[in-house]
Amino acid sequence: MLDLKGYGPALIDGAIVTLELAFLSLALSVVLGLIGAPAKLSQSRVARGIATTYTTLIRGVPDLVMMLLFYYGGQVAVNMLSDYIWEAYEIDFFFQFDPFISGVVTIGLIFGAYMTETFRGAFLAVETGQIEAARAYGFTRLHTFRRIMLPQMLRHALPGLGNNWQVLLKTTALVSIIGLTDMVRVAEEAAKAERMPFHFFIPVAFVYLALTAGSELFIKWLDKRANVGVVQGG
Amino acid sequence: MADQSPLICRDIHKTFDQLEVLKGISLETRKGDVVSLIGSSGSGKSTLLRCINLLETPTSGDIIVHGDPIKFTTNRRGERIPADNKQVELIRAKLSMVFQSFNLWSHMTVLENIVEAPIHVLKVPKKEAIERAEAYLNKVGIYERKDYYPAQMSGGQQQRAAIARALAMEPEVMLFDEPTSALDPELVGEVLKVMQSLAEEGRTMIVVTHEMAFARDVSSQVLFLHQGVIEEQGTPEKVFDHPDSERMKQFLTPNF
Repeated sequence: MLDLKGYGPALIDGAIVTLELAFLSLALSVVLGLIGAPAKLSQSRVARGIATTYTTLIRGVPDLVMMLLFYYGGQVAVNMLSDYIWEAYEIDFFFQFDPFISGVVTIGLIFGAYMTETFRGAFLAVETGQIEAARAYGFTRLHTFRRIMLPQMLRHALPGLGNNWQVLLKTTALVSIIGLTDMVRVAEEAAKAERMPFHFFIPVAFVYLALTAGSELFIKWLDKRANVGVVQGG
Repeated sequence: MADQSPLICRDIHKTFDQLEVLKGISLETRKGDVVSLIGSSGSGKSTLLRCINLLETPTSGDIIVHGDPIKFTTNRRGERIPADNKQVELIRAKLSMVFQSFNLWSHMTVLENIVEAPIHVLKVPKKEAIERAEAYLNKVGIYERKDYYPAQMSGGQQQRAAIARALAMEPEVMLFDEPTSALDPELVGEVLKVMQSLAEEGRTMIVVTHEMAFARDVSSQVLFLHQGVIEEQGTPEKVFDHPDSERMKQFLTPNF
């Protein structure tokens, strides 16, 4: 049996942090993607401009740089804002930039950009006739979006969404850099203390593998459900 | 109000970029009219139909649905747009459309397709909407397919489901945009038969079609469009048997 030298519970806690981080970032990124994709396809030049700047910026900067920028830069920005508000209005406003929150925000923002692109393509793949039929039957724009575009778009988006999720899950390992005790961080400390890198990193690798493989099965199942009503192969 | 015309179009023009597709079309229907719009491809007949329920906005001209004129305004770029989205949604609910490629919502079963707009647009209680849907499915002869998804049915069955979806709105006017053009020849008959029975019930219909036999036997009014104008108009006997226009005569002459 695998002897984790007493680090077992810490590793399990770390794995839970990893999962919490991953799920919250996923939720944030999906929300950003659902805002970003319609913005990119919008007729409004302002909306398109903001969305395009966002995706270009995020996709052009390394994840690690962005994370450091948010965590350290974010705290500096809060401090500056706090000083300013104190001097101008004498209101005491301050909060500590928590590494968990920074992690969720950074990863959510990064993958929000990828989700935007995934959803944008998926929205474009919805046949215009489907939307036209909704308009022709007096649907409001919101109703058309919710009942027709969204479900049909998701079918096209699922493969890309699954892919983004797997990369996102692995990206969470980066938060160990900003001091969050996720699974990787615990393993690193244990490996250093015990001088047994393989002993700790290989189980961690397997945990990631199990999570991604599990998600892959789940996505396949979802895909099958979403494709109800589509004749395969033809 | 009783014998108010369900639909009046006055001097409809539609221009895409530089191209004028409709050059002043007027049309008045009485209750129970079946108006066939015929003409070669590019004559503007589908565009006219799409202008009527505002899938396209006419560049100029009026549309009056059951005495209610559609209000227009101009946007910042100087394009004409409908002024009141609520009014447009209301009017669309009164003019249900049957499309050439059916456009049934592919992620919903046939029954779900039919009850969606009555429940959410007309606010019909769910139970009543389902009863209504089942009655119309019976009428078009595909009741036993109600839990199928569109992709699991033949084109003819899909189009009949689409007609049931249109009927479930209990519309003032039904708009048909080349309803049989995407069908295999052997499936055209079943759809035309359903349409004929609707005409006999006294439903007001506007049908863009290439089926000359249908236009001749079922319509009360035929409009022959050519390059965006009405070249010939009148009863089927008049248009088919005694046309004034040279174009109409040419159109009717088979040329193999």
